[in-house]
Amino acid sequence: MLTGTDLRRALLIGLWFMFLTFPLLAIKVNPIEQTVTWRWANMLWVGGATTVIALACRFLQARQAARQERIRLGLEPPPATWNFALLREPRFALPLLGATAVFLLAFPALFSSYQVNIMITALMYVVLGLGLNIVVGVAGLLDLGYVAFYAVGAYAYGLLHLHFDWGFWTVLPIGGLLGALFGLLLGFPVLRLRGDYLAIVTLGFGEIIRLILENWSEFSQGPSGIANIARPGFFGFELSMEESLVYLYYLMIGMALFTVFVVNRLQNSRIGRAWFALREDEIACQAMGIDKTRTKLTAFALGATWAGMAGVFFAAKTTFINPASFTFLESAIILCIVVLGGMGSIVGVIAGALLLILLPEYLRAVAEYRMLVFGAILVVMMILRPQGLVAPMRQTYTPPR
Amino acid sequence: MEYFIELFFSGLTRGSIYALIALGYTMVYGIIGLINFAHGEMYMIGAFTALIVSTVLSIYGLPLLAILILTGLAAAVWTAAYGFTVERLAYRPLRRAPRLSPLISAIGMSIFLQNYVLLAQTSDFLPFPALIPDFAFMEPYAAMIGSTDLAILVVSTLILLLLTLLIKYTRTGKAMRATAQDQKMAFLVGIDVDRIISLTFVIGSALAAIGGLLIASHIGQINFAIGFLAGIKAFTAAVLGGIGSIPGAVLGSFILGLTEAFATGYVSSDYEDVFAFSLLVLILIFRPSGLLGKAAVDKV
Repeated sequence: MLTGTDLRRALLIGLWFMFLTFPLLAIKVNPIEQTVTWRWANMLWVGGATTVIALACRFLQARQAARQERIRLGLEPPPATWNFALLREPRFALPLLGATAVFLLAFPALFSSYQVNIMITALMYVVLGLGLNIVVGVAGLLDLGYVAFYAVGAYAYGLLHLHFDWGFWTVLPIGGLLGALFGLLLGFPVLRLRGDYLAIVTLGFGEIIRLILENWSEFSQGPSGIANIARPGFFGFELSMEESLVYLYYLMIGMALFTVFVVNRLQNSRIGRAWFALREDEIACQAMGIDKTRTKLTAFALGATWAGMAGVFFAAKTTFINPASFTFLESAIILCIVVLGGMGSIVGVIAGALLLILLPEYLRAVAEYRMLVFGAILVVMMILRPQGLVAPMRQTYTPPR
Repeated sequence: MEYFIELFFSGLTRGSIYALIALGYTMVYGIIGLINFAHGEMYMIGAFTALIVSTVLSIYGLPLLAILILTGLAAAVWTAAYGFTVERLAYRPLRRAPRLSPLISAIGMSIFLQNYVLLAQTSDFLPFPALIPDFAFMEPYAAMIGSTDLAILVVSTLILLLLTLLIKYTRTGKAMRATAQDQKMAFLVGIDVDRIISLTFVIGSALAAIGGLLIASHIGQINFAIGFLAGIKAFTAAVLGGIGSIPGAVLGSFILGLTEAFATGYVSSDYEDVFAFSLLVLILIFRPSGLLGKAAVDKV
């Protein structure tokens, strides 16, 4: 299947990448002591790996083309498509849901508190991903400053606790409301902007919030952050460190379920359909009589609400917050979750969050390469599978015959 | 008065560096309508390549002038190669995809390149050698304008001039302008559009690399994350001047450089970056077409 030309091309690609990565990968200098370390092995690795990858791509392409040709000629039946709709049938769905529920409920009893901690983080990202999914996946507004609302929630709890000694349960709805308010604040001025400009403005907004938190020390205590934030209370009982972690875990499960429920209901509501319409075609959407302003603003506000509440949870979990937790990279991770999972798909976003947060925790060897892989995922998904791992299912109406 | 002149020149220096980076944004946007989010990383890769090459050469004991020229060449060539490869891998397959896809791909590429340099080199700040010597004839004016500032101004003005000549008077330049105006039509009259787009990335990246080399030897230290902020600021400059317009990018860069220099000099340096971001947000909201740009009209 592979011809000599393919082999030559692959070798050329390997050589090109060896040239490309030569100064940065093969040489390491120490400008202070004026010494050079040559790392030729790296260069060979890059050359070999890219050649193999290029060959593999070429091979897969050729095989795919051959199969398509056979299907076209009727020599081979078309492949059976794996259908997620099967999972919706009660005989599969019920046992699966039951097993997941039992596993999640028994989790703190089965695993150490370290694992519980990681799971809480993953669930937090599920909530964040679902929130951003409203804005990016459903309404099609690329928001690169989502972490700003997360910061708003976290600082709302941190500051209100510090100054007024307000508790977790009081601040949770306030955090959500503040998030929504900031969402509106960002939403109003950017209503007129097109996709890519919108992305840059939201990025600027996110950075402005972080820089203000960092520099306005009288308000936010600057880079040193706020410490000793209280964990959520349990009807006035004193909880040990471990117990409060387990308690937080169950709260987080509740929060995630609540989010899934609301987001699911929203997507099939009038406003949800308006969001989908807005994503597909703004002009056609307006022509159908949908109020574009209101639709965009609700998307920003409702998306930001979840980030605000997740922020309160974050502050309660770590008991310490500072601006360094709310950089652009955090926004990029959440975006990566939504893109990997499938923009607009709830199941996809949950899977994406669990994959991206849990995998690096358990594969310590690759943890170092985490952000490198996240960047690559964004590129590769856009090229190979823009609809994400789990493509969203649109409800369709089949008229009775 | 002397302080004012000092600030003025430091603003010009900043502006000319922003211009070198902003041109890459504006040229790419002009031709394929993509905000090349990874362009700031080109500047960072240029600075790193320059650091590596100059250190190796200085260990072999070459004279300063030879080091400077070879380093500039190496940085430009390798960064151009990165620009070319990024376009081929991350943007070309997405040319017909929905608008947001190439942008997300560009963000991914930016994160990838940052972490690639972080892993391949180091996360620490590295000292960058002063490649540009102190000129003796500049001594009387040293309080107002340093030798590096002068060199940066001269070099970037020369490069901007060359680029203008290239775009205005050569066949390639004409092809680039044609592609920017109407890609399909340019293709129909026999212009190799793919080659022109690659060339745009190559030129833009090489300019960013020169910018990276100059500013790194001016500031004296680099790390893997410097591309993000520089990229955003250059993008602000490009948008301020009107994205897609080459004179606009230069004008916007000088305005941004001067305002930043005066604002940090006379007001406060705490909110230097907030200032640039706020400017960006304000322009995009109130005049997205910039000073010299044409307003985009959506056709149905």
